[in-house]
Amino acid sequence: MKSPDGDQAIQHMLDVKGLLCPLPVIRTQDRIRTLQTGDLLLVLATDPGTMHDIPSWCRIHGHDLVASVRDGRLCSFTIRVQKTAIAPK
Amino acid sequence: MAEQRRAVALISGGLDSMLAARVVLDQGIHVEGVNFFTGFCVEGHTHAIREPRGTRPKRNNALWVAEQLGIKLHIIDVIEEYKDVLLNPRHGYGANLNPCLDCKIFMVRKARELFIESSFMSDHGFDFIVTGEVVGQRPMSQRKQTMPMIARDSGATDRLLRPLSARNLPETMPEREGWVNRGHLFGFSGRDRKPQIALARKLGFDDWAQPAGGCCFLTDQNYSKKLVDLWLARGERSYELDDIMLLKVGRHLRPAPHYKLIIGREEGENEYLRGYQYCMTSIEPISHMGPMCLIDGKPTPADLAVAARVVARYSQGRTDELVRLEVRRPDGSGEVVTAVPLPVEDLPSDWHV
Repeated sequence: MKSPDGDQAIQHMLDVKGLLCPLPVIRTQDRIRTLQTGDLLLVLATDPGTMHDIPSWCRIHGHDLVASVRDGRLCSFTIRVQKTAIAPK
Repeated sequence: MAEQRRAVALISGGLDSMLAARVVLDQGIHVEGVNFFTGFCVEGHTHAIREPRGTRPKRNNALWVAEQLGIKLHIIDVIEEYKDVLLNPRHGYGANLNPCLDCKIFMVRKARELFIESSFMSDHGFDFIVTGEVVGQRPMSQRKQTMPMIARDSGATDRLLRPLSARNLPETMPEREGWVNRGHLFGFSGRDRKPQIALARKLGFDDWAQPAGGCCFLTDQNYSKKLVDLWLARGERSYELDDIMLLKVGRHLRPAPHYKLIIGREEGENEYLRGYQYCMTSIEPISHMGPMCLIDGKPTPADLAVAARVVARYSQGRTDELVRLEVRRPDGSGEVVTAVPLPVEDLPSDWHV
């Protein structure tokens, strides 16, 4: 499967169509917790608020938002997982 | 070199929690935020449902605050667990169905369980919890007498730091251990917001969401009335996420105890209500522009005729003799009906929930 921009091989997909924010962000966060650095996740949503919230969530957690595309009601996001090292206690 | 201590801050998206987290960040503490989604948050959902108005951005304020602070934010779904908080509050309700004290205890307890006692949300554990509470700011949860109860009943005890009011409260572990300097914390109290606004300016913030509060539908009188109506109609105090979402949308009219009409007020709401046609009977005008209406309950054919007249009254055909409407059932069957719009004076005011 390819990402909406056609350049990336998607390994994981999350369908949160019909859910309203912040649930798409919560489901994305929970799914990414199970993935590894470098994994590519495609998120499909319909809440237009995701066009703001998912990129924002990716920025603060350091994940690469490879693409975000809105096509009519469908919002799709391609995210490359980056699990940043946290300074140990 | 001393190890960097770690704090988890409850971030509502409002000013106080933003300032509290920033004050602790400025003392060299590693801070991450947590925001609990109860299903009653004004954030997000309602912005998405209603058609955009004005220039207000469709942003999630908790995420926005985290970006301003440069911290991670963990948003946690607590919809199921929150039911017990709302349905069985040990400390009762506020002016409406807001169980503010139990809610705060619950959220601090969840933060303790997830971040202090386990490293579930992160690779490493956290040392203490930060909130934006201010002594005397809220009549229920932020009083001098209740703030120690939150620390005690949540189990956080002296690992709970309120940087904006710390100097009005007993010393906590982060202060005692020297992780934070009590002298650089604050002694705000009361409902006056001027100290927080002055601090925000001093710290370089020129934008923030609504002053604390107004972020929970349970503090809203009209919303609380609709929730009580739902429980009375069902004969039990219970709810699912869809129930409480639908209470945020549209006009709610109850012509009889066994059914209720949910009528969209604009196209964003109509579109949202259409998403429930698979599980509820609906009525929508087809001869005129007009609202989508969901029928919650078990309407009889006579009830459907009344509902069609009410929906016609809210359509652009309200002054015409007849309006044609489509009645659709969850199984996809339906029919076209014709209705005389109900004159506004014939719409009993006590139908409005």
